[in-house]
Amino acid sequence: MLKYILKRLLALIPVLLAVSVLVFLMVHMMPGDPAIALAGGEATEEELENIRASYGLDKSLPEQYFTYMNKILHGDLGTSYRTQRPVAQELLIRYPNTMKLACSAIVIAVVGGAGIGILSATKRYTIFDNASMLTALVGISIPEFYLGLMLMLIFCVRLDLLPISGGTGPINMILPAITLSFKPLAQIARMTRSSMLEVMGQDYILAARAQGFSRAKVIFGHALRNSMNTIVTISGIQFGALMGGATIAEKVFGWPGLGDLLITAIRGRDFPVVQSTILAIATCYVLINLGIDILYALINPKIRLG
Amino acid sequence: MLDKESRKSRPENQVERKAIINSQFRRKWHSFCKRKVAVLGLIIVLAYALVAIFADQLAPQDPYQQDLVNMLQGPSAEHLLGTDEMGRDILSRLIYGTRISMRVGTMAVSVALVLGMPLGIIAGYFGGKVDAIIMRCMDVLMAFPGMLLAIMFVSILGSNLNNAIIAVGIYTVPNYARIARGETLTIKGNEYIEAARAVGASHLRVVFSHVLINTLAPLIIMCTLSFGQAIVTTAGLGFLGIGAQPPTPEWGAMLSSGRQYLLVAPHVTTITGLVILFLALGLNLMGDGLRDVLDPKLKD
Repeated sequence: MLKYILKRLLALIPVLLAVSVLVFLMVHMMPGDPAIALAGGEATEEELENIRASYGLDKSLPEQYFTYMNKILHGDLGTSYRTQRPVAQELLIRYPNTMKLACSAIVIAVVGGAGIGILSATKRYTIFDNASMLTALVGISIPEFYLGLMLMLIFCVRLDLLPISGGTGPINMILPAITLSFKPLAQIARMTRSSMLEVMGQDYILAARAQGFSRAKVIFGHALRNSMNTIVTISGIQFGALMGGATIAEKVFGWPGLGDLLITAIRGRDFPVVQSTILAIATCYVLINLGIDILYALINPKIRLG
Repeated sequence: MLDKESRKSRPENQVERKAIINSQFRRKWHSFCKRKVAVLGLIIVLAYALVAIFADQLAPQDPYQQDLVNMLQGPSAEHLLGTDEMGRDILSRLIYGTRISMRVGTMAVSVALVLGMPLGIIAGYFGGKVDAIIMRCMDVLMAFPGMLLAIMFVSILGSNLNNAIIAVGIYTVPNYARIARGETLTIKGNEYIEAARAVGASHLRVVFSHVLINTLAPLIIMCTLSFGQAIVTTAGLGFLGIGAQPPTPEWGAMLSSGRQYLLVAPHVTTITGLVILFLALGLNLMGDGLRDVLDPKLKD
């Protein structure tokens, strides 16, 4: 197992390097001269030259890339053009906010989704099953920004139960987390249901029942255990997708996370912030995917040994 | 002599082949029609398509015509769905927005298909180094969450609708490439491919007449499902202010500007969102049905 994890970790290095090159190139292809953004409109050519020299913008691209990577490996993510503060500092404030949001959302999604999926599978074709599968379909189709706005309209404006935005407390997190959890919850519910149904059609389930095991024992001890692979995989995929999807939920509710930071930075042509934020999100995403693969190998010996 | 004969029998063969394809199609269509929710999805999608085509005839007013006296009005006889913050008729804007969204879906899916399918087929068919290079590139693209990649592309290309469409198309390329590659690998192992090569068919011919047609079913399903996804994501970019720009009657941009008036005129956002939701729902229902019919393996 340790060998498997090490192998996967090593395989990550080239991917992350390629990601860093891609992000670097993309950020440099963005329209707009960062020197002008820095100087703020009315600057002479000489002033612009000075700015370029002091930020290393006059060097060749490979040179800039190596300087950048060298700094990153030493923990220096550059300085924001806009706030003049170290990007690392900004990321350290924003990162926990996004993770807090994404983790609460995935917990709601896994618990709710797996629960609904199992219930639906055991009560197949009942009103509960039909209603929850219809809701799941709506959940997959509904755009996050619309769901967020509607929740806001109902709970903040009409019922006046929750604050609209501002602050990062647990109360402020309720609506963004629900908004973000809806789509993964729906996906997990659907996949859990179909996987459970598939497993429950197997002969060994019938055999277990024939041997006199209770229905609950068969469902949780046999069927659920064998559906675990599917549930873990789909939850992992959804968790990874949340890292990107969070951007919209953050924007709707004014949640000060990475996505919110990224959009503001893109609009302000704040290149160091854009670059590091994207890199941070992508690294997270890759690590989450690796974590899922390892978890998957843990519960499925076929992969570990194969 | 033998050659001549086999050539003579060719037209008949083709007629027969056509008949087989026809009856296969009819059987699939039949089993699609038996799924009531899938048919409902198809009807919803067709309705949106018709609205998009006949937008000029259906829209009661000019979607850009401002009327600052009557802004943020609720539904009335003159404006069936009310007016927005510039006094523009929401119904007309939604109707023209349908045309935009249908274009978004079609173009984004085309971009993904045109880039992803050949890449996947080439990787799967030739294998070896070509495969490794193409798929590693796809892995790098897949190292980003989709939305993030779309945001990145838009910020390089510039914030407007066309660039948003390209960005949304590009981020789904790896999915198409993976599916096409997987299918190609399965097909490649078949004896008829070897036979085709043995009688002297070129790689190009084998790919076009044997491989391509067999990768179609899963790719059609993928197209239907990503059509809706593309529309929703593009609307999301519009909502973030980096997709379609006002005053374009694009649904996401409309929601974004309506959001500022959520307190005084909630109908603007509510109605616009419902219009997006129904189209996405229709596409998903149809996609689920198609998947069940075309590829039982993929059933989730």
